[in-house]
Amino acid sequence: MVKVVAKTGNEAMAEAMRQINPDVVAAYPITPATEIVMIFAKYVADGLVDTEFVAVESEHSAMSACVGASAAGGRVMTGTSSQGLVYMYEILPIASSLRLPIVMCDVNRAISGPINIHCDHSDTMAAQDFGWIQMFSENSQEAYDGLIQAIRIAEDPRLRLPTMVTTDGFIISHCMDKIELLDDADVKNFIGAERKAADSLLNLDKPVTIGLIDLQDYYFEHRCQVADAMKNAKQVILEVADEFAKKFGRKYGLIDGYLLDDAEYVVVALGSTCGTAKVVVDEMRAKGVKAGLLKIRVFRPFPAEEIAAALSKAKAVAILDRSDTWSAQGGHVFTEVRSGMFDLKARPKMINYIYGLGGREINLEHLRQVFGDLQNVDKQPLVQYLGVRE
Amino acid sequence: MANLKELSKRQEPLTGGHRLCPGCGASIVVRQVLLASKDPVVVVSATGCLEVSTTIFPYAAWKVPFLHNAFENAAATMSGVEAYYQFLKRKGKTSQHINFVAFGGDGGTYDIGLQSLSGAMERGHDFTYVCYNNQAYMNTGIQRSSATPKGANTTTEPAGKVKQGKTMSRKDLTEIMVAHDLPYVAQATVGNWADLTRKAEKAFSIRGPKFMNVLQPCRLGWAYKPEDTAAIGRIAAETCFWPLYEVENGIYKITKPREKKPVAEFLKTQERFRHLFKPGNEKIIEDIQADVDRRWQALLAKEEMTAKAAK
Amino acid sequence: MKQEKPGWKNLPLGDVVQAGTAESFETGDWRSERPTWHPDRCIQCLQCWIYCPDSSIIVKDSKMTGIDYKHCKGCGICAKECPVKPEKAITMGPEGK
Repeated sequence: MVKVVAKTGNEAMAEAMRQINPDVVAAYPITPATEIVMIFAKYVADGLVDTEFVAVESEHSAMSACVGASAAGGRVMTGTSSQGLVYMYEILPIASSLRLPIVMCDVNRAISGPINIHCDHSDTMAAQDFGWIQMFSENSQEAYDGLIQAIRIAEDPRLRLPTMVTTDGFIISHCMDKIELLDDADVKNFIGAERKAADSLLNLDKPVTIGLIDLQDYYFEHRCQVADAMKNAKQVILEVADEFAKKFGRKYGLIDGYLLDDAEYVVVALGSTCGTAKVVVDEMRAKGVKAGLLKIRVFRPFPAEEIAAALSKAKAVAILDRSDTWSAQGGHVFTEVRSGMFDLKARPKMINYIYGLGGREINLEHLRQVFGDLQNVDKQPLVQYLGVRE
Repeated sequence: MANLKELSKRQEPLTGGHRLCPGCGASIVVRQVLLASKDPVVVVSATGCLEVSTTIFPYAAWKVPFLHNAFENAAATMSGVEAYYQFLKRKGKTSQHINFVAFGGDGGTYDIGLQSLSGAMERGHDFTYVCYNNQAYMNTGIQRSSATPKGANTTTEPAGKVKQGKTMSRKDLTEIMVAHDLPYVAQATVGNWADLTRKAEKAFSIRGPKFMNVLQPCRLGWAYKPEDTAAIGRIAAETCFWPLYEVENGIYKITKPREKKPVAEFLKTQERFRHLFKPGNEKIIEDIQADVDRRWQALLAKEEMTAKAAK
Repeated sequence: MKQEKPGWKNLPLGDVVQAGTAESFETGDWRSERPTWHPDRCIQCLQCWIYCPDSSIIVKDSKMTGIDYKHCKGCGICAKECPVKPEKAITMGPEGK
């Protein structure tokens, strides 16, 4: 039976965590993700979950404890944001290298400095190189569904990769939205009663050493294994999404198009901005402009082939980045999309907008401007900063 | 307490074939601590000499389950391991008792890992943290740490023409851990196996967080002949440079030397203090002696005071 | 015997090995000094065993039975800690003679 409720993004993620009922959660407070673990801690206090909750003294220790619990064989989750995620960076590639399927609720927030508590994607984008699967959410529903799927994806024996599911700070994390919840039993059946770990530190009958030092003769091979798993990840993510769609009706891809098939002018975006973009796409269509949206849901692994295929017929494409690489060559998404399009015989013109840093509003007018620019793309610079005072 | 014959019947925790220096004290600490457990053990280690030398892929010297994560987070990592074990126990999925032991050098414990250690101890996880304390960053080439004693020559605070090695005194981490109000804190050295294994046994018999600070002579960084490792550890205790004591539920118990020897007896065994014996540096040795005496008197007073409080 | 090292496809996933594989790595060739055990003098106190950093004192049924020269690095702690007097039950001499 479908249960429709109103929940903020944080509440939706906490609800998914309750239904997932992980063995161990280790987390530390940080705005705007704190609420997820606060709500979850209350579930623990009320006996609604079986989880061992470790209220650590830092995010570094949160991720360290997650590595310990996951290496011991547990189903393990955490949640963080911004500086907290940055503080975890050292341990994130250790988690992927040890093939530990830790699942993280990551609320996108600007990184210092200056200190800022509002949404952009710079925290998550800077974590793109650590061997974690990264999924973005347009709204609370996607965050909820994505988190449940993430357990299956991360624990898939072909992958065994840690996975982060992100929402946009405040915009999703703190805004009430209508979402459809699954039954507890359905979630349990979908993810499986427990993780089946290949090796466990607590297996006394088959003692193992985990986390050895690799010298020149093995490090490359171990990193290659992660690269190979990432190659397989697209297939696994789609399989899990298909099964989810068959059982619960909501369908997800690596990318999702909105009026994309015949679109000439396309905006590429991630997260909550996609909702705003859809409104403007409709406006443009009403005016006879063939506008469309390409939403990237999975950023790691990067669905380059799928994006190239989807954009191959477009005339002009604006790639929206809520973070900067500081390369003076545009943002993270732009760099990846442009590289992915390189081998197309005929490429659309591609331009980049860096927008929304530190929670700066992106509104309908901004997106109207972007679609206007696209119709006049030859006069546009490669990279523009959208919505900033000069 | 188990005698050597009994200990020798237990599972050997570490194989030969690791790459620690000849005469290394770190593996002596590991063997003596882990042999003291009559139950299975699970080990986490911080990055450092011990970890690097015992786990060069694909050669693992650990015969017991072992996990390495990073440098500063052995205690936090163990928090997660222990939390999952508590989950399994609470859910009735295991009833096997396990002694969890985390090892870290002084760099990974006193300095970069102090927050992680403090957090894990405060949260009350049931494990024993053992600092194999060789008083400098030996793995990276003998750099000073906050455990390095005054006057010692290290590569980041070397003895030179105008400076005579480390100017500051070492941090007293054992007392910092006592201040965490743990059920058990102990200080021990390589060279007193009966004392060390007894303390490890004691730690394993207590539930909750335990901390052991074990002085580990390092033949490379302290610069002495490899066969002297155990003997130098004993002199450290005999001079009260490194007093042997334990604190159980706040009550101090000191293992006092028969005769407290001058600290110079300890200093002169190692090259790292050699410059202190040059003419003109007498005052530094006097200061070190005064430091040792002051700390020793304070320790004796704590023993007396807490014994009274216990009554 | 030189064995080909496995490629990434044949390595177990995730930087893990079975316990105790270092047993097959021989550090005995590091030795410049060689310990010799004299069973006739040995009092079986096991001090050498408890202080050996390389787990190279072979003990069977609580009795010292010899030295594992495949792994012993010749540090000499066993000889130094041997309490037997006047002549120790383990003595050190140059390697290779």
